[in-house]
Amino acid sequence: MPNADRTHSVTRRLFLRGTGATASGVALLADMHIAAAADEPPIVGPGAIPLTLTVNGRNQEVSVEPCMTLAEVLRGPLDLTGTKIGCDRGACSACTVWLDGAPVASCMLLAVDVGARAVTTIEGLAHGDTLHPVQEAFIAHDALQCGYCTPGMVMSCAALLERVPNPTADDVRAAIDGHLCRCGAYPHIVEAVLAVRKPGP
Amino acid sequence: MRFPFGIAGAGVGEIERQIPDGEPPPLPVNDALRVIGKPVRRQDGRAKVTGAVRFTVDVKPPGMLHARILRSTSPNARVRAIDTAAAERQAGVRAVLAIARNDSILRYAGAPIAAVAATTQAAADAALRLIRVDAAALPFVVDMDIARRANAALVYQPGEALPLNAVEIPVSGALPLTGNVRGPETLGSRGDVEQGFAVAEVIVEGEYRTRTQTHCCMEPHAIVADWRADGLTVWMSTQFTAGVRRELARVFDLKLSQVRVKVAAMGGGFGSKSQLGVYGQIAVMLSRQAGAPVRLVFDREEEHLDSGNRPETWQQIRIGAHRDGTLSAISLVEFGSAGVGVGAGVGNFAQTLYACPNFSLAQNDVFINAGRGSAMRGPGNTPGAFAMEQAIDDLAGQLGLDPLVLRDRIDPSPVRREERRLGAAKSGWDRRHAPGADTGATKRGIGVAQSIWGANVYTNASCEVRVLRDGSVLVLSGVQDLGTGIGTILAQVVAEEFGLLPEDITVHIGDTDFPAGPPSYGSQTTASITPAARTAAWKVKQALFRQVAPALGATPEQLAARDGKIIIGNDPARGMNFRDATAGMRTDQLSVVESRADDYGGFRRRSGDMAGAVNDLGGVQFAEVSVDTETGSIRVERIVAVQDCGRPMNPKLIESQVMGGVLMGISYALLEERVIDQHTGRMMNANLEQYKLVGPRDTPPIEVIVLENYQGQSATDAYGIAEPSNIATAPAIANAVFNAIGVRVRELPMTPATVLAALGRLPRRS
Ligand code: FES
Ligand code: FES
Repeated sequence: MPNADRTHSVTRRLFLRGTGATASGVALLADMHIAAAADEPPIVGPGAIPLTLTVNGRNQEVSVEPCMTLAEVLRGPLDLTGTKIGCDRGACSACTVWLDGAPVASCMLLAVDVGARAVTTIEGLAHGDTLHPVQEAFIAHDALQCGYCTPGMVMSCAALLERVPNPTADDVRAAIDGHLCRCGAYPHIVEAVLAVRKPGP
Repeated sequence: MRFPFGIAGAGVGEIERQIPDGEPPPLPVNDALRVIGKPVRRQDGRAKVTGAVRFTVDVKPPGMLHARILRSTSPNARVRAIDTAAAERQAGVRAVLAIARNDSILRYAGAPIAAVAATTQAAADAALRLIRVDAAALPFVVDMDIARRANAALVYQPGEALPLNAVEIPVSGALPLTGNVRGPETLGSRGDVEQGFAVAEVIVEGEYRTRTQTHCCMEPHAIVADWRADGLTVWMSTQFTAGVRRELARVFDLKLSQVRVKVAAMGGGFGSKSQLGVYGQIAVMLSRQAGAPVRLVFDREEEHLDSGNRPETWQQIRIGAHRDGTLSAISLVEFGSAGVGVGAGVGNFAQTLYACPNFSLAQNDVFINAGRGSAMRGPGNTPGAFAMEQAIDDLAGQLGLDPLVLRDRIDPSPVRREERRLGAAKSGWDRRHAPGADTGATKRGIGVAQSIWGANVYTNASCEVRVLRDGSVLVLSGVQDLGTGIGTILAQVVAEEFGLLPEDITVHIGDTDFPAGPPSYGSQTTASITPAARTAAWKVKQALFRQVAPALGATPEQLAARDGKIIIGNDPARGMNFRDATAGMRTDQLSVVESRADDYGGFRRRSGDMAGAVNDLGGVQFAEVSVDTETGSIRVERIVAVQDCGRPMNPKLIESQVMGGVLMGISYALLEERVIDQHTGRMMNANLEQYKLVGPRDTPPIEVIVLENYQGQSATDAYGIAEPSNIATAPAIANAVFNAIGVRVRELPMTPATVLAALGRLPRRS
């Protein structure tokens, strides 16, 4: 009768490892087994372990249970609550942060697997009081209502502009594909990003 | 006093209205104003784009515990025993609460059984698994059609208490219950329908189905409850701080003054966060038991199972008309299911939209073993419009009339007439061809549909305006901002009155320590709180004028506030800066609390009532689609939405809201459906990957036109837009699909399979 699948500690880890294996392509089962055994990471947990994360340009020492996702660690011990959780399983992109500049769903990544990669959250996007141009444009074009999906949207749109300074409307839609906004801000988001693009040479 | 009256662009005249004592003089039209009606930026925009704003899910009082609810996985079961001993012994657990008791019936998958609060979320989740529940499975029914059969499993046994008090929508108490069917409700029927059909020259009829839609707020239902000896503080993602305070005081036998409800930012509600709810009570009980603040946040599955939903419906509509289109009879038979709850009726739409002397309604609630329905953006009218507006389109076809011409004849609203005119021009309605006229596999079509919604007002709505000695201005109210931007609109109203800029005004809302605000459901927030704010600001201004007039060598009546100054005799050269004026105040602050007056013009409402004004709100939407007749897939190419909300306060915010309403409508039309497995009674898509929502790639160009419709009904004459903008979208798309393929799709969601079935290329589903 009770829900049986609340075990973050075991199932999420196995699940993530499973998807990793699938993503690596078609391989003989035996090979996979050997490969996995060869670089088997050290066994940690289930108790908390110390971890150093580079977040918004600063090294942060945290003590986390190995089952914790990056989203949980950001929102909990690091108190960076700008990153939002909407589904906690990779379906809404509310939790999007940058890992070495690339947008990722932080609910789908264990904090212990982040390693030395640089994490950038919505709190780290502005330079002091100067907002990122995407943030300014979101305000000017009213690209939000409740604002819950907004941090994730902003991170994906800002990452797009880093990659493609002069995107088309379709590029913007592709960049926020997978982000869900129940308030329906998509049209204004596309408008906002197009307003800050830098025309190419 | 003379008020502007009419639609801007179509001739604004004047109307004489009696203004109640103590209300400010009429506002001129938006063109003559400086802040109201302008596309002012959202005040909390910066906080939202930087992640600085705190939603309820972000609140962390010191010592906070984390809670989780244990929920039934069975659709119907009788509890024999619950054993929480092991959970109580678990490390980190601070409180365990059995919600169900022996012999309790768990009537749906997702029904709460017990709850735990622990020092971490992981500890709470782990403790849940230690709770032993012994329950006997009972027969169940999760399909509305099966539930209507004579031999169906019963959700409620004869004589059992029905959950009639758990809905926001008023329901009749004394309807018969036959098996799982409660009804028929016939309220609102009028005239003699048989006679009406007897004289009809044309009759159309059809059966329509809409499916259960869940709210899918991006911020889940969330509460942090902090019970202390001297009172209770609750942070809650809620649409009604004052209402939740009332419920808490009643349920926990506290004084209103001992309960404080707060919400800073709120991640969407759409009707599902209108009340305290069982989960809210659970959080408070856990906090009381543990002696610490408790955070309870739903996961995405709980959102789908137990946070409300838009009930599914089956509707049979029959319309009789004369050759010229005038209607002689409408009959609507409906069976709808709000799961284990009631409130699935849709009759209001067909009852109120068109002139027709004879109307009969027979609507029924069908109980099934599924989570309770609740209000959802345009409750009743949204599914009702899907059926009725297609039937009207059918009628136009039968009569050989353009659907807009037919509506010109039967729709008494001058506002919608103007909306049809504007929308027809914008959408290129004259390009519309005969149904199914395109050759080739992909066919295009254009369709139209209308919406109607009450101009609701909640008169138990108060706001305080304070001017401080340094010239700063505060607005304080319990009213909550769901994302619609009411805080920004309040700043505009008060800035206009003081001749200041909106950024000069500091707004504090979402806290019951401020004057009690209205609920943000029923599209009534703006209509209810902005007149209170303007009246309060106007009164503070009068008091300020009285105090500073002597220093200016003028009488208070000669003074006006404009462009940051207080001026004499409307001469900008004579006067002083607003700040210099406030420096001379006798006290450190001037403050007035005001509440919403009854609508002017004799439209009387008692305080606290939620009732429609004489002039309802509406809107007309035009959809253009292309349908691939080989795959059955529908693409919405474009939507033109023409809406009205009295005096528009902020076109930028209104456009955002209308786009949101349209997108939720597209999502409802094409994608959304709660799927429950017949054999297990469990929802199969209680997530966001299989429960599909419209995304950026399915979003067509949406053009929004908002009328300025002056009626002289309050100190601001402003009304709501959230719900009217959602109601017409799905039927406009359905009518466009008919225009494209020449075959009507009478079932939601209009998936490829449904379209192919309508084209006769696949078997029908139901
Ligand atoms: S919360 Fe990470 S994708 Fe939804
Ligand atoms: S702004 Fe509310 S979910 Fe996107």
